[in-house]
Amino acid sequence: MKLATTLFGERYTFRDIKDLLAKANEEKSGDQLAGVAAESAAERMAAKFVLSEVTLETLRANPAVPYEEDEVTRVIDDAVNETVFQEIKGMQVGELREWLLADTTSEEMIRRLGNGLTSEMVAAVTKLMSNLDLMLAAAKIKVVKHANNTIGLRGTLGSRCQPNNQTDSVEGIRAAIYEGLSFGSGDSVIGINPSDDSLGSVAQLLEMTYEVITRWEIPTQNCVLAHVSTQMEAMRKGAPVGLVFQSLAGSQKGNDSFGIDVEMLDEAYALAKRHSVVTGPNYMYFETGQGAELSADAHHGADQLVMEARCYGLAKRYDPFQLNTVVGFIGPEYLYDATQITRAGLEDHFMGKLSGISMGADVCYTNHARSTQNELENLAVLLGAAGVNYIMGIPMGDDSMLSYQSSSYHDAPSLRQLLNLRPLPEFEAWMEDLGLLKDGRLTEKAGDASFFLSR
Amino acid sequence: MNSSPSATEVRDIVQAVLAELERAPSGETVRAPASADAPPAPPAATPRASLGRGGSAGTSNEMDVDVPDPTVTEERRRIGVEHPANASGLANLASSTSARLAVGRAGPRPRTRTMLLFGADHAVTQDAIFGDVPTELLDSFGLFTVQTQVTDQDEYLLRPDLGRRLSDEARKVVAERCVKKPQVQVVVGDGLSAAAVTNNLPHIYPVLEQGLTSAGFSLGTPFFVRYCRVGVINDVNDVVGADVVVLLIGERPGLGVADAMSVYSGWRPGPGKTDAHRDVICMITANGGTNPLEAGAFAVEHVKNVIAAQASGVELRLKQSGER
Repeated sequence: MKLATTLFGERYTFRDIKDLLAKANEEKSGDQLAGVAAESAAERMAAKFVLSEVTLETLRANPAVPYEEDEVTRVIDDAVNETVFQEIKGMQVGELREWLLADTTSEEMIRRLGNGLTSEMVAAVTKLMSNLDLMLAAAKIKVVKHANNTIGLRGTLGSRCQPNNQTDSVEGIRAAIYEGLSFGSGDSVIGINPSDDSLGSVAQLLEMTYEVITRWEIPTQNCVLAHVSTQMEAMRKGAPVGLVFQSLAGSQKGNDSFGIDVEMLDEAYALAKRHSVVTGPNYMYFETGQGAELSADAHHGADQLVMEARCYGLAKRYDPFQLNTVVGFIGPEYLYDATQITRAGLEDHFMGKLSGISMGADVCYTNHARSTQNELENLAVLLGAAGVNYIMGIPMGDDSMLSYQSSSYHDAPSLRQLLNLRPLPEFEAWMEDLGLLKDGRLTEKAGDASFFLSR
Repeated sequence: MNSSPSATEVRDIVQAVLAELERAPSGETVRAPASADAPPAPPAATPRASLGRGGSAGTSNEMDVDVPDPTVTEERRRIGVEHPANASGLANLASSTSARLAVGRAGPRPRTRTMLLFGADHAVTQDAIFGDVPTELLDSFGLFTVQTQVTDQDEYLLRPDLGRRLSDEARKVVAERCVKKPQVQVVVGDGLSAAAVTNNLPHIYPVLEQGLTSAGFSLGTPFFVRYCRVGVINDVNDVVGADVVVLLIGERPGLGVADAMSVYSGWRPGPGKTDAHRDVICMITANGGTNPLEAGAFAVEHVKNVIAAQASGVELRLKQSGER
């Protein structure tokens, strides 16, 4: 296969599709670390020109990891709708970009076409899109899911209440939940990253969160983000599990480093359907982030955008209630600064939506990355405008358990006010009933954790 | 209650601050604004006398501004909610956690003090993110120092792969100086926070060493790894061949908490072993995390479990739940 172009008289050739995809990626320190990035800005543009004329059929035939070697590739390829694929296989990546952006292309049309895509195609078109392209195209695609409430409806923005605590103190976490709820955070999920992954500790947090949800009749769901095997054990023991969580990688080897495989996820999904306390039909919650595969030496020479897209292809098998990229958590060796983090956040959101995933974002950064809270707020606004399903809510954005900064309890209400968005509808009605929200604005009573001491 | 100062008041305050700055002795870390001119006044608001809490504002050119340290505990814990439904209840909730609760709001945004405190915490973390562990401290625990293949701090950030491998020199030194095939090898690494090692090692290390010894385990020769990543335990064990490697390493700093340590451990680490084979006790710090003394005791108990089960990580959990 010949993959070449001439740019300003200079000849550029690319070894294979994997090489072409990697070199067409926007600049990321992680791709440079992997040794797969373009070696110059001009080479990057040359790769984009060549990629724009590659057909979708060629991309399907050249997955990042061969079908025979990798169960993630098999999950993705086996899920392709062959009828749709036959219709679109001759389309070039550049044409796909224009088709997605065209005013004549409706949401329904994108949803149907999405069923014929593999993750490499999703990643490929992303590489040809500008930040505003990614926002406009993503904003067209609403992905609506239901557990105890409905996420992803147009005009809504959810917020995961993330009341983490360094020592898993039940009282401390409960206090942080009260504060979050009083700001309107917690409609997507009340989700705790436990410090101690043991069954006893996880079960205790599940019981406490479920008790708060029940006592206050909150239309939401709980989740303790322990390893999926611990949550499965908790379900078997009868603990009240709402959503079932796991971090995903885009290759079998990457998932191996997380201690999971498709068989385990299948079993977790089956258990969730039988044991979850929520109405459903969506029970699963996943987190991903560019660079996770490389950090486990499981990227198979592919760039981090392709591997990220493959996470969404895998997630689709489990029809999750929600998935969020944890963009910026992984550190500067994968996303060096705010420019790269912002780009990755917009890419991930678009790719998730195009893959049919109810997509949220943990807009965040670590203290050794070149970023600030201002940069985080910028990306949150961009994602809000692009129709992200939810962001995180953390006391003042300071998660001292995970040692990183994310969005504050204040940020979802701020974005809702700025962009004319509402909480998830069932949750909004609940807040209105309690007098915490009126016409989409926080009331005098809101922002006060002690409100929840009255019952 | 929030009232805006009038234009005159703003000018007076700025002049007073500038006058104060000019009086500051040289060498003090006070930074004067680039321009001596007063900034443009905000749009005229209803003039009110009070500038809020503190009441130190006046119209005199002699006015002093000396903000009490907002980072001390009682200032941090100050309740920012203006009319809580249950004031004592709110105070109890806020005191149950180190999370930034009961901060209140200005519209949907954080209040000024809360936001500035957040900024201060980020600033101090940025300033202190890198540093070196004092040699005397390492000496006092008999730890010799080796380095990974990383050569400077920027490379440490951008090349984690090099931070997971000992340098050739380091492999040689470890091979020469360390006892081979001990049951437990303890390693200390700087990671992303030298302060974590400096502040916690004196508390956690003796507990760990004594606990492991009195449990009857044979211990390897401990040492310190500079520019260290967690994955280095595979490389270390390639040389020493221990049953369990325990790595005490500085975590990436959190906001205003720059000294948290993690203890990673694994059963017979070696090439290809990943996080799935390891266990971690994280957020070990006297600043609102797991106390280093307790963490040391916890780590000893954990090592006993690993040795009894001859497994760590996911495999250990599965064994403990009786699946394998």
